[in-house]
Amino acid sequence: MAKVLVVTSGKGGVGKTTSTAALGAALAQGGENVVVVDFDVGLRNLDLVMGAERRVVFDLINVVQGDAKLNQALIRDKRIETLSLLPASQTRDKDALTEAGVERVIAELKEKFDWVICDSPAGIERGALLAMRHADVAIVVTNPEVSSVRDSDRIIGMLDSKTLKAEKGERMEKHLLLTRYDAGRAARNEMLKTEDILEILSIPLLGIIPESEEVLRASNIGSPVTLNNPTSAPSRAYFDAVKRLKGEMVDVVVPMERKGFISRLFGRRVA
Amino acid sequence: MSLFDLFRRRTSAPVARERLQVLLSHERNVIGKSDLIAILQEEILAVIAKHVKVDRDAVQIKLDRGDTMSLLEIDVELPKLAGAQGRRPT
Repeated sequence: MAKVLVVTSGKGGVGKTTSTAALGAALAQGGENVVVVDFDVGLRNLDLVMGAERRVVFDLINVVQGDAKLNQALIRDKRIETLSLLPASQTRDKDALTEAGVERVIAELKEKFDWVICDSPAGIERGALLAMRHADVAIVVTNPEVSSVRDSDRIIGMLDSKTLKAEKGERMEKHLLLTRYDAGRAARNEMLKTEDILEILSIPLLGIIPESEEVLRASNIGSPVTLNNPTSAPSRAYFDAVKRLKGEMVDVVVPMERKGFISRLFGRRVA
Repeated sequence: MSLFDLFRRRTSAPVARERLQVLLSHERNVIGKSDLIAILQEEILAVIAKHVKVDRDAVQIKLDRGDTMSLLEIDVELPKLAGAQGRRPT
């Protein structure tokens, strides 16, 4: 049975697109058939983070409106055979996404793939609602920072009321993905701790992604971080998160960067 | 800046945590039922305004949802008698 995931947050810039790409690539490396879908119409970026920006011909809106077949719009990843991307449109009006159209596309994707991962736009408007509408599982991406936690709380409320699952009276499965976490600062009480955020939002933890320069390095060259450097700290956290998504029990730890002697000496000053 | 401030400045996370807890407990109440409350507020205000001249802010509605009992609290602040229509001494 295909699973539909939505990666959402309310707030922008917390790591939805990065996480969508990283989780998608991690799942696909394990042999799962994965499609990542960009719902951020008008401000598409998943194609760029995935390194497929020059291969976009048709997009989600073309498929929703019936101007292109799904197969024409899907971009298969060149590095991982089982990973595909359905890009968002760059220019079209975001009202071009219709509820019936999205429903049809999601149903079609569910037939082709094991995992459909929807990258939600920021905000709580129509685009974000459509991205979460058909989800079975929601991944709420949150930074350890007050405005992000507040927006996540809003989004959790919407996941529980505005999704198909919620309207059918079913329970929406929600997971917290804490990103840009700095264990050192949290230990020094300079940053909200994981326990604090879990207590406030009260949804189960999917993973803690440490703040890392590897994330920017990967997006610079257009490769999901879990593919670009699978042994880096954020990648290990994403791989663990994927195991939990598949139902495995894995203890949550914050992976640390394995630093050499020289970078340990000078790393801090440069960063 | 005193030496004390130097130490205190570092522990901003507990402040963040407390602010969030206070804020969200309030927001969850307001946002969860905003539609119903807004409709009630408008209609009650309209009914009262037919008979008494009241400020928009004079009607406060609160809904407390409990497990066994829910309480709808309507608080209407009426102006002094002189502002009431139809009851003015002639």
